[in-house]
Amino acid sequence: MKVLVPIKRVIDYNVKARVKPDNTDVDLTNVKMAMNPFCEIAIEEAIRLKEAGNASEVIAVSIGDKACQEQLRTALALGADKAIHIQTDAKLESLHIAKLLAKLVEQQQPELVILGKQSIDSDNNQTGQMLAALTKRSQGTFASKVVVESGKVQVTREVDGGLQTVSLSLPAVVTTDLRLNEPRYASLPNIMKAKRKPLETIEASTLDVDLTPRVELIKVEEPSKRESGVIVESVSELVTKLKTEAKVIS
Amino acid sequence: MKVLVIAEHDNGQLKAETSKVVNAAVKVASSIEVLVAGHNVSEAAVSASEIDGVAKVHVVDSAAFEHQLAENTADLVVEISGGYSHIFASASTTGKNILPRVAALLDTSQISEIIDVIDSDTFKRPIYAGNAIATVKSLDALKVLTVRASAFDSQAQQSPCEVETLSFDVTNTLSEFVSIEQTESERPELNAAPVVISGGRGMQNGENFALLNGIADKLGAAIGASRAAVDAGFVPNDMQVGQTGKIVAPDLYIAVGISGAIQHLAGMKDSKVIVAINKDPDAPIFQVADYGLVGDLFDMLPELESAL
Ligand SMILES: Cc1cc2nc3c(=O)[nH]c(=O)nc-3n(C[C@H](O)[C@H](O)[C@H](O)COP(=O)(O)OP(=O)(O)OC[C@H]3O[C@@H](n4cnc5c(N)ncnc54)[C@H](O)[C@@H]3O)c2cc1C
Ligand SMILES: Nc1ncnc2c1ncn2[C@@H]1O[C@H](COP(=O)(O)O)[C@@H](O)[C@H]1O
Repeated sequence: MKVLVPIKRVIDYNVKARVKPDNTDVDLTNVKMAMNPFCEIAIEEAIRLKEAGNASEVIAVSIGDKACQEQLRTALALGADKAIHIQTDAKLESLHIAKLLAKLVEQQQPELVILGKQSIDSDNNQTGQMLAALTKRSQGTFASKVVVESGKVQVTREVDGGLQTVSLSLPAVVTTDLRLNEPRYASLPNIMKAKRKPLETIEASTLDVDLTPRVELIKVEEPSKRESGVIVESVSELVTKLKTEAKVIS
Repeated sequence: MKVLVIAEHDNGQLKAETSKVVNAAVKVASSIEVLVAGHNVSEAAVSASEIDGVAKVHVVDSAAFEHQLAENTADLVVEISGGYSHIFASASTTGKNILPRVAALLDTSQISEIIDVIDSDTFKRPIYAGNAIATVKSLDALKVLTVRASAFDSQAQQSPCEVETLSFDVTNTLSEFVSIEQTESERPELNAAPVVISGGRGMQNGENFALLNGIADKLGAAIGASRAAVDAGFVPNDMQVGQTGKIVAPDLYIAVGISGAIQHLAGMKDSKVIVAINKDPDAPIFQVADYGLVGDLFDMLPELESAL
């Protein structure tokens, strides 16, 4: 079974994004970038499937400018067999990403595509579901457990009321939640080895997908600031203040 | 312009979020219809017909929709989507699962988790874990979007509008429901409670979460948690508050033994009043807290319970 893992280069999750003074966007100059945490979990799951003998090949793919090859190398160091960079400098929406990925799915015919559930920059939570729709595949989103068995994949999903398990027929699309696994770190020898693994580049423009923007970014602002609070000295002072000042309890 | 709102329900009952999604919808258009798709949903359909502003409720009642699986539910929404200018759903795990599938099938870019409506095609939404608020304008003819319920009020009630039953049996050949492990709780739901008290890694273990019970009882509060507390197995996953868990905005949020990571703040910093209890005076949670209490939670919690 071939597994395709789309990964995204995003702001490092420890870094707090700052808005540009002209309110046109978030300022990413000289900001530390990394693989989207949910994509790390997706790569890890694919590698575990390979280690368990359920997957034969793991292909990492990233769409973006040249810089995302850095994250593809990381994926190779973690254990992906090969990487595909879909090159574009355009700012794309999840629908565009899903359409480009659908073209790749058509070419590569992976039985399983594992994506992150959400990018931590756009917070969209769309691409996996869209890819499943465009490729007419089953979908198992927000996965905290994935079991491949006899032509099916069982996915336990983190839902608002608890955990839901569904059985998907293959080929399928799965998106990862935080508790699916704990990603490993790349070892130094594997980082060295990754440099020799294949990384292919495809120009997005050759994939015959309409990348015209559908959403216009009008402005980006700081969220409203909270008034600074006070440190209270005791529990009784807290309770008094909640009753008489904040009036949120009676 | 006409909005289709996908109802949030558990078959038996309509969820409070639906009314809030309608509240967002009335800011866009005057004509609003609701789809209730599920199994044995007649009561939920009646509740939907009583939300002020709803002109018509479409009901699809079939075992095929009992678990609202994305594959056939999306096909159903696409099937009835003709004539609408907007399709709205709550940014719940159900809405997030189904709506992007609908959007892709209709060749539309989805706008996720709106927190404000500027006009019928322009919306505000948080990005980067809420550290920035983007104003975005949809250029698509049909707008598909999810609504962050905590950012909108509930609608008033009306006398019931028309409820129409559609028969539409799309079997799902792609996926199958296996089981659900539902977290049982007598407490109000996290996203509906006026007070939320959450515990973090500082709680040390699951048993210690009992220290929050008495306080929650007295305040009618829901209990939440940080990711660290969920990952460590102290409490179930559906209690996680944050960027990738539940987004809450109660009148009062009490964070206990939670440091205040960006991702946690993203889920609670729009609460009206925030209280933090933490032994580390430099914990970032104090930067968003209206009232901070520096000290050991194991001393503070019993004291707080008896003081209430
Ligand atoms: C992609 C991604 C998504 C994430 N999504 C979420 C999310 O949705 N929600 C979320 O919460 N996190 C999320 N996180 C995790 C987040 O970054 C933090 O790791 C997490 O919030 C930390 O939880 P915590 O505050 O309980 O633990 P810690 O950061 O370990 O803090 C524990 C706190 O307890 C205090 N403490 C300890 N003992 C006591 C005591 N006896 N009395 C009083 N205080 C005490 C300590 O001083 C400390 O401040 C996400 C991370 C990533 C990478
Ligand atoms: N530019 C991209 N390149 C590759 N994969 C992506 C890209 N953008 C999004 N994805 C995948 O889609 C998932 C969800 O993203 P989103 O829908 O943007 O929240 C991510 O975790 C990735 O797996």
